[in-house]
Amino acid sequence: MYNELATIELAKKGDSVAFQQLLEKHYSMMYRVAYRFTGQAQDAEDIAQEVCVGLVGKLQGFNGKSSFSTWLYRVVVNTCRDFHKKVSTHRTLDKCYIELEKNELSDKHDSNKKIAWLYRNIANLEQSLKETALLVLAEELSHAEAGNILGCAESTISWRMSEVRKHLKNAMGSYHE
Amino acid sequence: MNDNFDEIADLLKNGKPPEPSDMAKNLAISKAMAEFEKKNSPTHQGITPVDRLIDTVKAVFNNLIGEFTMKKAYITAGGVCACLVAVSIMYDPYLSGQYTKSLITPEVVTTGVIEKEQISSHLLPKPKADGSSTKSDMLLASPPRATLQAPPPPIEAPVYTPPPIVAPPPITLGAIYNNAPASIAVMDRTQPYSYHNEGRDKFEQIKQNSIKLVKEEPVSTFSVDVDTSSYSFMRASLNNNVLPQKDAVRVEEMINYFSYDYEVPKDKSEPFKANVAVFATPWNPDTKLLHIGIKGYQLEQKEKPHSNLVFLIDTSGSMSEVNKLPLLKNSLKLLLNTLQADDTVAIVTYAGNAGIALEPTKVSETSKIINILDNLGAGGSTAGAQGIKTAYDLAERHFNKNGVNRVLLATDGDFNVGITNQEELKSFIERKRDSGIFLSVLGFGMGNYNDSLMQTLAQNGNGNAAYIDNLNEARKALVDEASSTLFTIAKDVKIQVEFNPEQVSEYRLIGYETRMLNREDFNNDKVDAGDIGSGHTVTAIYEITPVGSKAKLIDDSRYQKPEIKADKQNGEYAFIKIRYKLPDSDISKLVTTPVDSKNEYKAISDIPTDSKFATSVAAFAQLLRGDSYIKSFSYDDVINLAQSAKGEDKFGYRAEFINTVRLAKNAPALTPTGQ
Repeated sequence: MYNELATIELAKKGDSVAFQQLLEKHYSMMYRVAYRFTGQAQDAEDIAQEVCVGLVGKLQGFNGKSSFSTWLYRVVVNTCRDFHKKVSTHRTLDKCYIELEKNELSDKHDSNKKIAWLYRNIANLEQSLKETALLVLAEELSHAEAGNILGCAESTISWRMSEVRKHLKNAMGSYHE
Repeated sequence: MNDNFDEIADLLKNGKPPEPSDMAKNLAISKAMAEFEKKNSPTHQGITPVDRLIDTVKAVFNNLIGEFTMKKAYITAGGVCACLVAVSIMYDPYLSGQYTKSLITPEVVTTGVIEKEQISSHLLPKPKADGSSTKSDMLLASPPRATLQAPPPPIEAPVYTPPPIVAPPPITLGAIYNNAPASIAVMDRTQPYSYHNEGRDKFEQIKQNSIKLVKEEPVSTFSVDVDTSSYSFMRASLNNNVLPQKDAVRVEEMINYFSYDYEVPKDKSEPFKANVAVFATPWNPDTKLLHIGIKGYQLEQKEKPHSNLVFLIDTSGSMSEVNKLPLLKNSLKLLLNTLQADDTVAIVTYAGNAGIALEPTKVSETSKIINILDNLGAGGSTAGAQGIKTAYDLAERHFNKNGVNRVLLATDGDFNVGITNQEELKSFIERKRDSGIFLSVLGFGMGNYNDSLMQTLAQNGNGNAAYIDNLNEARKALVDEASSTLFTIAKDVKIQVEFNPEQVSEYRLIGYETRMLNREDFNNDKVDAGDIGSGHTVTAIYEITPVGSKAKLIDDSRYQKPEIKADKQNGEYAFIKIRYKLPDSDISKLVTTPVDSKNEYKAISDIPTDSKFATSVAAFAQLLRGDSYIKSFSYDDVINLAQSAKGEDKFGYRAEFINTVRLAKNAPALTPTGQ
């Protein structure tokens, strides 16, 4: 039986096996979120690494007030934000999410293009909307969880989602034309 | 939701990112592990004190069952990483001798595992009156010795090495995965009710001012301090039925929390005058108290300059508790009501990153400001330093030459991103001091409150610090005392008292430990000191031993011959000098007051009420700190003294003080009682 809270408690006390266990278990989530936020495999790897290293110090701050995964989302989102500020070279969005276009897993090439195009559209949104959209739509989190992660009320998330909906529907309209 | 939006959502979640390369993953994990080993190497183990955990659990218990005596003990062996803690076993050996099983709530076992039966077997021994101890007593009650005797683990040893002394095997991941009951104990700490108090409040250590011999050190110099945060922190702690930690109690801040009706100067060219009283010490019949009270000139409403305020609000995750961000929002709304319509307010928030939530806006646009305030949410880590920079930038850009320019920092002080080095922050604030921007620090929350950082910021940034634990306190700090908080009437105020060796043999300053200055600093205008706001009162109390009193603690020197000078000043006890600068000046002015028998009150009934009340607060603070000079004075004596000095007490603060003292009578301390 894997008991996450107990593992965290051990890791906080300096048990390296427990800490490694946590990293192994959550690495793919860190990477996935970071990719969705940046659209670059390389950047996502860098961010995931930064999160892993940062957890050494930050884990002490986890006090169980929220679930560990919510807390970890918050850490990842914050790292993405910091990363965004640090990277001064603004890549054109066309270069982002290219991996998605080539994604073999989806059945149609058409829909792959559409997915990448959608991500780019979201990346174009104002930052708070972008974060909200990615957490709610792509990560399939509830509004409450997203609010917890982004540090705002559930109602704020709902409001933002209605904004996102407007933007994306407009965009979709133009895509189909 | 007919629409293609469902399709959009589907597309997004199906747009799975490419798998991360194993190489990247391994690299990330191994880098993190290297960092982890570095942090947890034996030389760094001190950073995770076991006490913290114990405090947490104890605090929880205090909330649950405040009345019961607690016994707790812990064992550390081989350092923090490999330790075993059995905490907070609750029983009352003095009343019943019974071990009340129902009261045992969580046993917390950290990395070592201990069987429940073993814990119970160690519970039963009662403290022995003769000091002898059984084997199990030893195990529970004298862990430090056991730790010291243990050979230090080798540097390369994995951090989860079994502790060398304690018999039970260390808990391992295997044990956790396979042995559910053992791991349940580990989890107890994370149950909801324990989150509110982490026992991580940070305070700078205070060493009580010692007795000084007038012949050797006739001059005492210190900076005024109008902060009050220590009092409200202490009160919040006692309201939770826990004695505050010693270093959280700063005597001068407790005294200065209350407003006193000292005589006020007539105009602002001389912003204040000293009120002096000498009277008998309630806790020592052979010494006297020298009470110095200063009240700053009170600005009239129409004289108040315009304000350019920047609220710098911590919106990090740690602020989400009810007594933090929500209280802060309400507090700031109260403050808005006291401002003038064309004052400007800006809001800067900081969490993982700092941002301007509201550009400087006229107070007349109240709804806009309130709207922004209401929408602030808490989340993320705390990049405090960055926030401070942004706030100062904003205040500079909208600098009002004829007005008050002030940054109000509201936080729990847990800066964990960006510049977290106190020294660096301090030097930043110091540089900004000359720009004419003042700083107020409003502290919130308990459990993770970084008091020493707040003090550092306020003391170095021409500022003041208040700790806000409830809306009433917010009203006091931000409404009733808004003008004191916002409008400085004198800065760098220093007090120097020279005692006359003919009259006084020894003295000690009660409190102000963190504010002491060197004798030569007094006349050096470059040396920073505390500021006084409009209507602020500052009180300092010396305990003095008159010449010839049997309370004298320091023997005369065998080799120094007493010099006797017949001087006309010989009747004086002391001579008080106060240096201050007007807010817009860099050159200090001097006010002096001699202290002689005219200031002395022989009969207890003649002592001014304010002096008596301040004395009772000073006594209470010293009791809380466990200071040695207070002798047998008790909480009840404090209550009696304060009762007799309540005065008008318009806002009920003094009555509240008396209630707080009553709470302290029964509150258990967090620190081990060492029985």
